[in-house]
Amino acid sequence: MSPPEEQRESVEQFARRSGEWLAANMPRLTSEPVHERRDDIWDRQRELQRMLWDGGFAGICVPRDYGGLGLPVEYQRAFTAESLPYELPFYLGTPTFSIILATLLDFGTHEQKLAHVPGILRGDTIWVQFLSEPSGGSDLAACLTRADRREDTWVLNGAKIWSSAAEACDFALCLARTNWDVPKHRGLSVFILDLRAPGVTIEPITQVNGNHTFCQEFFDDVVLPLDALLGEVDQGWTVTTALLTHEREGVGGSSPYVSGRNLLAPGSTVRTNPAAVLARSLGIADDPVARQLVGEQRMSDLVQRGLVERVSVGVRTGSLPPSAAALLKLYTAGASVRRTEIAATLAGEGGVVWSPGDVETQERADKYLIRQADSISGGTSEIQRNIISERVLGLPRELAADRDVPYREVRQSSRARTD
Amino acid sequence: MTAVDFAPTDDQELFRATARSFLEREAPLATVRSWIDRPDGFDAGWWRQAAEIGFTSFLVSEEAGGGSLSGRGLDDLLIVAEEMGRLVSPGPLVPANVVAGAVSTSATRQQRERLLPGILSGDHVPGWCSGVEVEVVVDGDDHHFVLRGGASLVEAGAQAQEVLVTATGSAGLTQFLVPVDAPGVTVTPLVGIDLVRRFARLDFGDVRVDRSSVLGQVGRAGPALQHQRLVALVLQCSETTGAMSRVLEFTLDYLGDRYAAGRPLSSYQVLKHYLADMKLWLEASRGVTALAARAVHDQTDEAEELVRAAAAYVGEHGTELVQKAVQLHGGIGITWEHDLHLYLRRVSLNRNLGGTPAEHLERLAELSLQQLETS
Repeated sequence: MSPPEEQRESVEQFARRSGEWLAANMPRLTSEPVHERRDDIWDRQRELQRMLWDGGFAGICVPRDYGGLGLPVEYQRAFTAESLPYELPFYLGTPTFSIILATLLDFGTHEQKLAHVPGILRGDTIWVQFLSEPSGGSDLAACLTRADRREDTWVLNGAKIWSSAAEACDFALCLARTNWDVPKHRGLSVFILDLRAPGVTIEPITQVNGNHTFCQEFFDDVVLPLDALLGEVDQGWTVTTALLTHEREGVGGSSPYVSGRNLLAPGSTVRTNPAAVLARSLGIADDPVARQLVGEQRMSDLVQRGLVERVSVGVRTGSLPPSAAALLKLYTAGASVRRTEIAATLAGEGGVVWSPGDVETQERADKYLIRQADSISGGTSEIQRNIISERVLGLPRELAADRDVPYREVRQSSRARTD
Repeated sequence: MTAVDFAPTDDQELFRATARSFLEREAPLATVRSWIDRPDGFDAGWWRQAAEIGFTSFLVSEEAGGGSLSGRGLDDLLIVAEEMGRLVSPGPLVPANVVAGAVSTSATRQQRERLLPGILSGDHVPGWCSGVEVEVVVDGDDHHFVLRGGASLVEAGAQAQEVLVTATGSAGLTQFLVPVDAPGVTVTPLVGIDLVRRFARLDFGDVRVDRSSVLGQVGRAGPALQHQRLVALVLQCSETTGAMSRVLEFTLDYLGDRYAAGRPLSSYQVLKHYLADMKLWLEASRGVTALAARAVHDQTDEAEELVRAAAAYVGEHGTELVQKAVQLHGGIGITWEHDLHLYLRRVSLNRNLGGTPAEHLERLAELSLQQLETS
């Protein structure tokens, strides 16, 4: 239950109190944070989240029954506005808060929410989503991981891939097929998976830049209790659809559960133009070509801010459907590509050959090499264009050979594992 | 940074519906086409009706006879611009409102009484010189001035009775309200890419004016001119988003109706993906334009950055969207008969007027680099 409106402090009072508390308790940022989930950051994230919890600022929009403050989204926005100069647990924002927490609140039973939400708010548990599979690409519903009912348990077998930092996580939401005799989307279920359960193997994937942002996982007869099921059995696609909407909110910067800057959509909050910083440090701030790129970077960031507002208000007032969050995802993916490209172009020769130990230049080169990642992860830009054209513009859907066919009869990639 | 609510008010929604039905009834595309051959590009009676609905009053204070729907006149005016863009309407929207706003803010009572009633009723069309190409010298005492030079691109310059011109001189920038029939003023109508928006070149050959012509203070017009330019750019952006939205609508309809190999064109994935991109450009254009308008109204220190970002993005993507629509229409899209070229003409005009996207990016770079120096 939320406190009755008349007993609540105003947004302005809350903002003032937040600002004072942040100044007294949270570390100030010394440099611009970047979206880069290195392997060694997770203990720090837990610690920072715990500080928010201890200060009474965790879960501003989460119902009080589950440890939150039960306040409207304006309070969260006000807190985030105050928090911009400080270090917050940025890397918990997506997926743990924007996606997992939101989905648990949507579909969890009272007991499930009591069991898991407070732990997230305290920083005790970090979550990951297990959706993509080695054979499936962006077609998440082509799920081959299976959960079979065995007496009073579910038994999980299969493999997942492209899960963010799963090694560092404690729990996952895992999509699995529970019924093979119905068409693709109708035989899926979502499970809460304890990553310490016997039979779960997690292996990091080494990316082009040497980082291990993503993992793959294997499940061999993992036994789950019946109450691990989130939502109804065989209704997992409904849960997944909500989850994907929350993902787009998280990436686009409109989630009500995330505190602090959105590093996935940096333009929406940051004032400094990174291309201007780079051009100045390289001594090319007077070069007309460089200046076009510096200007483009600033334009791109400001347009993103406008689009975030436009989509959030559009969805709230009904002039855009919820699937319009795909517009944000498509924009941020394209903006991210341009950001790395602008940096790589500004850097010139010195961006492709450098002195040993020049970490900054190397990181910039690595980012360029991996620039397509944001147009692939979380649903490729091509999938976003399908969503926009079909669900926002209402155009005819793509022909699907697996529609209305029992899933066991659907053809799979030749290397995919089948039952 | 406080959260900004863009959601339109009920009054704004109602006004949008009124403006749309007025334009659809009184100036549908067939009518707009019939005005192409008129020297002024629009019908004076129609403009008076538009003014009656409020097309020229939102930037004017209530005590001066104007008023806004939402308390944010520029937001209200964006609705007018967007609706006019949807039907590539003619008419002196930008100069009328820029001058009305400037007069309402800075004019003497005498100037207000002389100019505002006519602008608000639509009887009087003012011209606005966006550049600084005219020199001013003080003539003898400091009550008389001589204007010398040419304003190369003045919207409605040949339709206006009076123009607002910014002149540079030893005292700094000064704005003057000059009757176009003043001795020494020569008006040369121009021809442009848009078929109904009219521009003219104005030459000032030693035009003598006195202090009663000065708008605001002598030598202090810099910020006022800057504000006028930002307002003009935001209005153009909004007009272009209106054009983009209408073009996307009829392109979607067309591709739904037209079949190839037994299926509607709109079922082909490559075409669907073009349309998805076009939708993104449209919504991003709307979003950044709305942010820019807020910042201009609030006169925040990000106002120019946001306006330049909007003008660069909308300029580029407005023309791109309409050109893509031409591609999607095929051959019919490059005919005189089809309305697409009317839209292409309008968004192309707006793309370059007041600066090209490249010029806006250059200015954004300058502002970003300046910020690094001061931060």
